Parts: sequence; structure tokens; C-alpha cells
Amino acid sequence: MQALYAQLLVGLINGSFYALLSLGLAVIFGMLNIINFAHGALYMMGAFVAYFLLNLAGINYWLALLIAPIVVGIFGMILERTMLQWLTGLDHLYGLLLTFGIALVVQGVFQNYFGSSGMPYAIPDELKGGMNLGFMFLPVYRGWVVIFSLVVCLATWFLIEKTRLGAYLRAATENPTLVRAFGINVPRMITLTYGLGVGLAALAGVLSAPINQVRPLMGADLIIVVFAVVVIGGMGSIMGSIITGFALGVIEGLTKYFYPEASNTVVFVLMVLVLLVKPTGLTGRAA
Amino acid sequence: MRNRIASLLLGTALALGASATAMAQDKAVKIGVLTDLSGLYADLGGPGAVVAAQMAVEDSGMAAKGWKLDVISADHQNKPDIGTSIARQWIDVDKVDVLMDVLNSGVALAVNNVVREKNAVMINSGAATSDLTNAQCSPNTVHWTYDTYMLAHSTGQALVKAGGDTWFFLTADYAFGHALERDTAAVVVAAGGKVIGSVKHPLNTADFSSFLLQAQASKAKIIGMANGGGDTTNTIKQAAEFGIVSGGQKLAGLLLFLSDVHSLGLKVAQGLNFTETFYWDLNDQTRAFSKRFAERMKSKAMPTMVQAGVYAGLLHYFKALEAIGGNPHDGAKVVAKMKELPTDDPLFGKGTIRADGRKLHPAYLFEVKSPAESKGPWDYYKLVGTTSADQAFRPLSESACPLVKK
Repeated sequence: MQALYAQLLVGLINGSFYALLSLGLAVIFGMLNIINFAHGALYMMGAFVAYFLLNLAGINYWLALLIAPIVVGIFGMILERTMLQWLTGLDHLYGLLLTFGIALVVQGVFQNYFGSSGMPYAIPDELKGGMNLGFMFLPVYRGWVVIFSLVVCLATWFLIEKTRLGAYLRAATENPTLVRAFGINVPRMITLTYGLGVGLAALAGVLSAPINQVRPLMGADLIIVVFAVVVIGGMGSIMGSIITGFALGVIEGLTKYFYPEASNTVVFVLMVLVLLVKPTGLTGRAA
Repeated sequence: MRNRIASLLLGTALALGASATAMAQDKAVKIGVLTDLSGLYADLGGPGAVVAAQMAVEDSGMAAKGWKLDVISADHQNKPDIGTSIARQWIDVDKVDVLMDVLNSGVALAVNNVVREKNAVMINSGAATSDLTNAQCSPNTVHWTYDTYMLAHSTGQALVKAGGDTWFFLTADYAFGHALERDTAAVVVAAGGKVIGSVKHPLNTADFSSFLLQAQASKAKIIGMANGGGDTTNTIKQAAEFGIVSGGQKLAGLLLFLSDVHSLGLKVAQGLNFTETFYWDLNDQTRAFSKRFAERMKSKAMPTMVQAGVYAGLLHYFKALEAIGGNPHDGAKVVAKMKELPTDDPLFGKGTIRADGRKLHPAYLFEVKSPAESKGPWDYYKLVGTTSADQAFRPLSESACPLVKK
């Protein structure tokens, strides 16, 4: 029984990464109608920016949490302005292919220079060590990841669903012409939204740097699962992607305990089941 | 009648032409490096294996003796189906004579069959499974650098002897992990230890915390990592986070490469014990080769034992070709010659290749230095023990290989 609690908690930790990444994807899909396959590569870039900041400029983890999302977010906005914006109104497939291509190029460049085994990034001193919870030894850093990503997820949800800015955004996706008529710069808003989604990916990258190696392929390994999370949660639903992110982390954690061999596939089995029963995803609206 | 003479003449001409091209091609050898060029094992084999093959071609001096050597390479992406289809195309269409490296045990076992069926040569450096020279042994395959039996015996025995008598395995869920766990568990039990449990994780897992918690709960003294590459580095890094080593359990890296230690950094990796058959800083010859190698690598990385094995294996292959004198396209014949000739190269020293295809050389037990002990970049290992060539690998008396006469 004790082992089970531990696995639930570990599942929540992994779930935080799924939630942060799928949230970014959901924001981008919801507002831009782009299936952002470059998300994994941008997540990886976030971790690399943190690595460079620490090793080249001596800038610590805490500042990296702030700077890396901004740097990668700006990179994302440049992508949006120079490439993605020409795809508005076209079929989803074009955006998917373009971003997939971008992901391959970015990963290839990083792999060319940094190989495949990656570089170490140490846990910041303030978050070292662990607590004995009785049923498990919880590294402080993992606890921090869960709490911090929960806060970020909820803040993003609040921003989009409860504020005026969010209302403009949602309106702009429904009817861009009308919103423009009210004097709002829709293209700029869309660029900023893409930057926000990308920044979330980079933030997840920085969070994961001390846990995993900083590797060029770290995003490619994760992104497929994250897409499954988004599909299960319902494309474009903010709260849906947060909840499914955490829930699937827990389910995967339990699988690792009861039948570890299937832990890589369980998410996809669930995806198939959900698609069969409710093709719009658990919380999705019909398109 | 005239017709018949004409066709006879034509036939003779054709035959002459064919034999002329055969003679011209007699000394042409095509070398295919089949490896993981982009995935989790790319740093331990990958582009470095291709560089090693090219260096062997240049250092062999074969070109000056009239041989034409070509090196090509391909990425098998760690997928046996892709590996076998490349191997088939290489041998059938591109006329590749020898396949080098072929890391990943799953891919290696599959390609092993193709190479045998088509009578080519495989000099395997990167794959770990000892089955390649045991039940699956082939007259067309030489297994050069290391195998799971050797790793299990060297590292496993040393750890049990040091008091680590209860084990829990973290095993990569494919041919390599299974073989390594099986061979190590046998050693542990034979030495009087006990295996308390094991968990199999999918290849290329990012998060090991669930598995580490299970290992922690087992209270085993030794947690044996029967995985490789990125899987091993992630396990080690996360084990430190979960306080496994500070809690009194010891991690055993059953298969670690220089590239893994480099990527972990000494702070995390220090104190780990594991076995390799090559290290760049062993002697003057290995240092000289490694320096030249690193200069040609984009990452300036020192060679791993897998890359060293590609170089040394290829040199020995060339030696066999020279002894045969030409026509390198009968794979089994070349491998038989390789087994007949004693090996001697700057990286692994003197050795032999056994009837089952197993290359014999000493195995070294290393310990990773602490940051304070390390005197410079890539100064990572200290030698703590050596197993002689005749002791390091599976004795022929235990062999299930049909090529071994009993």
C-alpha cells in the first residue's frame, strides 16, 4: 500500500510535465489552430538555454526559469511571424508538417553540436536533498516541480478564461474580422499567444533540466506522449489538458508499478479508447 | 553453323569480359558501418564508429598495396527491421563485404542472420548480447569488443566479493537487457548471492523514479542497471536524487561507456565500478590513437571501447584479406582466416578469435575518479582490476555454439 502512495506521487510529478506541455499545445491550437509539432524541440531549447546561461554566463536556475522562456518565446514569435502566419486559413496538415520540419531541423542542429548523451545540469542548492514522508523519500526538487507547475497551469487558465485579455483572445479565434473591427491588433495578439505557448514549453524544459540530462532528443521522446494527452483531453481545451496531463501521469505511474513493460504504451491505449468512445476528447467540444 | 560459332564467340567474349571485371574488382572492398547515428546510443558508436572505420582504412596502408577500400554508413535507428533491410540492400545491391559496429543487441541478432544467409562478414563491436557467439553463433560473425557474459563476470563477481550479496535489477526490456540480467544473475547466484527482484523498463525511458522506488523498497544491497546509454545516465542521475546511494544501496553500472561518464560529469558518476575492454589512457598506443581520433570528432570526444573495437576489428579484417590475397567476397572464408591469424593491434594488444567468433582480450575493472582525482578533461577512470583474456569470456566448455567441436 505504501508503495502505491509513492507511485501516485511520482505519477503526479511526471504529470506536471505533461500538463505544462499539453497546456502550451492546447493554447496554441485553441487560438491559432496550429498543431505545433515543434513543441518538443522548443522544450529542449528551454533546457539548453538554462544550460548555456549557467555554464557560459553563470546565471543560476532561478533566473533561468524567467529568462529561458522569454528567449525561447521570442524565438517562437519569430517563427510565427516569418513562417507560421502564412498558413492561416489552410488545412491543419500544413501547420503540422511545417512545425514537424522545424522540429527536425532544430534537433538536428543541436545533435550535430552536442551529440546524443547530453550534458549535466545540477539541482540548485536551495532544492537539494529530500524529505522522508514515511511512505517514500521525496526529493525536494520533485515536490517543487509539482507545486510550481500547478501554479503556472492555473495562472494560464485564469489568464485565458477569466480575464479581459483572454476574452479578446477567445473572441479573436471565433471571429477575427469582427474583433479587428473593434480596433484590436489580432495578428500581434496571435504572435504573442504563440510566444506564450512556446514559453510554457521552454519553462517545462528548464524544470526538467536538473532531473534528466539536457539532451537534444529529450523533447522528441516526450512530445508523442504529450500529443496523446492533448488528444485525450480534447484539442484546444485549457482545463481539459491540465487535468488530463496530471491524470495520465498518475495512470502511467501506476502502470510502471503493476506492469512496467506496458508503461510506454498505456497512454496510447487510453487514447484509442477515448477516440473510439468520444472522438472530441474527454472535455472537447465538437469542432 | 555460322550462327553457332558466332554465339560461341560471343559467349567467350562475355565470359572474358566478366572475368576481367572480376579481376579488376578483386581487391575492391566495401565497408558498411551500420549503427545508431542519431539516437540514444549515437555517442558511444554512431558517427565516431564511422570515423574509426575511416581511420582504420587510412592506417592499414591497403590503398598503397592496390586495394580499393570504400566506407559507407547508415542509421538503423535501433530498429531490427530497419537494420535488416539496410543490411540486405547493402549486401545485395551495393555489394558491401563487411558490416561494422552494428550496436544494439536486437538489431545485431537480426542482422546476424542476414549476414550469414548472404555469406558476408559482420565484425560486431557495439552489441552486448553474448548470444552472438553462443547459441546464435555464425561462421560469418566476429564479436569483437565485449559481451554480457564478460560484463557480468567481471563487474558482478567483484561486487559480490565486496559484500554485495543481494541484487535488484533495472533491466532494459529487449534482447540486450534480458541477456545482461540473465548472465549477471547467474554470476550472483553462483557466487552465493541472491536476486531479490527485477523490473523491466521500456528502451529509452526518460523518468526512472517509479522503478527506482521499487528498487529502493526491495532493500537490495546492489541495484544492477542492466541498461545502456541514455537509460543508464538517467538512472544514475535520478538515483542520486532519490537518495539511493546515500541510503546505503549501491548502484552497479553493468554497462557504462566513456561517453556516459562524460555526460554525467564526475560529480555524479564518481565511485561507480564497471568493466570495459578499452580506455583511451591505458598506454602510449591507446593515447596516440585517441588523440588523433578526438581531433577528427566534431565533439572532440575521446573514443569509447565500441569505436576502438571498430578500428581494431577492421585492421584485423584487412590483415586477413592480405593473407588471402584477393577476392574478399566469400565472407565465411575471410572470417575463417581471421580466426586462423592471431590478432595484434595498438588498442587491444595481442589476442585471438575463437571458433565461435568471440575475440579474446583482457577485461578491465574501472572506478570513476572523483573530481579531485581527475587531472584534466577526459581523465575519468582508474584501473582497479584486470581479468586475463582466457578468463574474461565464456569458456568453450559452456558453449552452446554449434561451430565449437566438443
